[in-house]
Amino acid sequence: MTQIVQRMEERLFQNRYLVDEGRPHIQINRAAVDSPQLRSLISICPAGCYTADEDGRVEIASDGCMECGTCRIVCQATGEIEWSYPRGGYGVLYKFG
Amino acid sequence: MSEHFDAIVVGAGPSGNAAAYTMAKAGLNVLQIDRGEYPGSKNVQGAILYADALERIIPDFREHAPLERHVVEQRMWLLDEKSHTGAHYRSDDFNEDKPNRYTILRAQFDKWFSRQVRAAGALLITETTVTNLVKDDAGRVIGVETDREGGPIYADVVVLGEGVNALVGQNAGLRPELKPQHVALAVKETHFLPEQTVRDRFNLAGEDDGVVIEVVGSVSSGMVGTGFLYTNKESISIGVGCLISDFAETCIPPYELLDNFKSHPSVAPLLKGSEMKEYVAHLIPEGGYNAIPRLTGDGWVIIGDAGQFVNAVHREGSNLAMTTGRLAGESIVQLKAERKPITEANLKLYRDKLADSFVMKDLKKYRRIPALLERNKQLFTAYPKAMSQALQMFLRVDGTDKRSKESAMMRSVKRARGSWLGVATDMFKLMRAWR
Repeated sequence: MTQIVQRMEERLFQNRYLVDEGRPHIQINRAAVDSPQLRSLISICPAGCYTADEDGRVEIASDGCMECGTCRIVCQATGEIEWSYPRGGYGVLYKFG
Repeated sequence: MSEHFDAIVVGAGPSGNAAAYTMAKAGLNVLQIDRGEYPGSKNVQGAILYADALERIIPDFREHAPLERHVVEQRMWLLDEKSHTGAHYRSDDFNEDKPNRYTILRAQFDKWFSRQVRAAGALLITETTVTNLVKDDAGRVIGVETDREGGPIYADVVVLGEGVNALVGQNAGLRPELKPQHVALAVKETHFLPEQTVRDRFNLAGEDDGVVIEVVGSVSSGMVGTGFLYTNKESISIGVGCLISDFAETCIPPYELLDNFKSHPSVAPLLKGSEMKEYVAHLIPEGGYNAIPRLTGDGWVIIGDAGQFVNAVHREGSNLAMTTGRLAGESIVQLKAERKPITEANLKLYRDKLADSFVMKDLKKYRRIPALLERNKQLFTAYPKAMSQALQMFLRVDGTDKRSKESAMMRSVKRARGSWLGVATDMFKLMRAWR
């Protein structure tokens, strides 16, 4: 039976990644207070890369990133996201696309 | 690498492959660079392949390209929470020698397309990210920098088929940043089922026949967006996409939309027992004609998604990508043959070819649609609901006379939109934007 509602880990488990250890391709430039745009990423990042730490500040773990660029575009005005493509060959590797 | 190329193509998707193939086939010395492990490994699409655009590049592609199913039926659904109102079109005419549309799996298709590009004589390097463009003192683009050692690589022209998230052009100052209301975020899953099960569930007689379902309504939870479900050979691609500006405002998780779509009573039976084997996310340029950036300059050309070449109304993109790639390639071939430099002025050739093609004509025709949808979200909510209520009233036999039913149906349409003036205004705006 198909499990319709999936947990993010189960979803991303299906994907192939080559993680560039120690060289995350997305970083947060923290302002004094997290902007609403940055906070929205906790909900809208399709890979669930953004979470709130114990102080409620937004943090990122980009290992499951699918390189869509949503966070870059949402936060373009606030300057809180530093975004580049992973080094050649690294990151998500689609089997079907 | 100190060699000088006639052209460097950034990206190995449909636009980059079309451009590289066209130029290499004409004898140009072409280098193509892609950041994936293999060409296609970073690429995402629904995916429908439009035969016409590819046929103009590789006429016999049907004999060897990895195609899933040819489309014999299109379903258009207005989705409400528990219902769908559908218009279906199926014709045996679509079972022809040279079918018009196919479902494909992009990672496999792009790998094939790239083999044709290399067979035509282009040099491909993968696992290499282009980080910036190299310009001379006059500001002309003369090459690219990559994350590989060996310094810049030079060419007479750089063809930017880098996709929607076009960081190379942006970092080089050739184009502005994407606006959140001009780009949609789409998520998709690929669900596997036995081949026979796919055929049975979609009533497909021929072993390669396929069905496409395009969906609007509750699938986007009040945002500007659409859903889709495509039949592949032994899998189903199911996805949903909405404007980034709407996601940012509503904070609705995209995968939640997808889960809701999958569990809809009209959809769940189609997926029952399937095994999900991949989850993808990608952006779709949906700003249309008014969001197209500057496309040419001294030593550079933009093609495909990077140029916002997507017809959001008709869900066409890969054909616009292949066509713009081909036209850019042909223009460069012609300029080289005439020994003219690849300058902004001479690239008028490409701009003219574009203006003369269906690409620009269609995008221009629908230039008012993106702003209209963005400002009239009721189109995605009120009408699918009204349609469902009206039809349910029409179909239920419950002792109510037909005239009373008709009045109630009309009232439900009015109630869904608030007033008849609202309905009339919506229809007028839609017709004007469609013209």
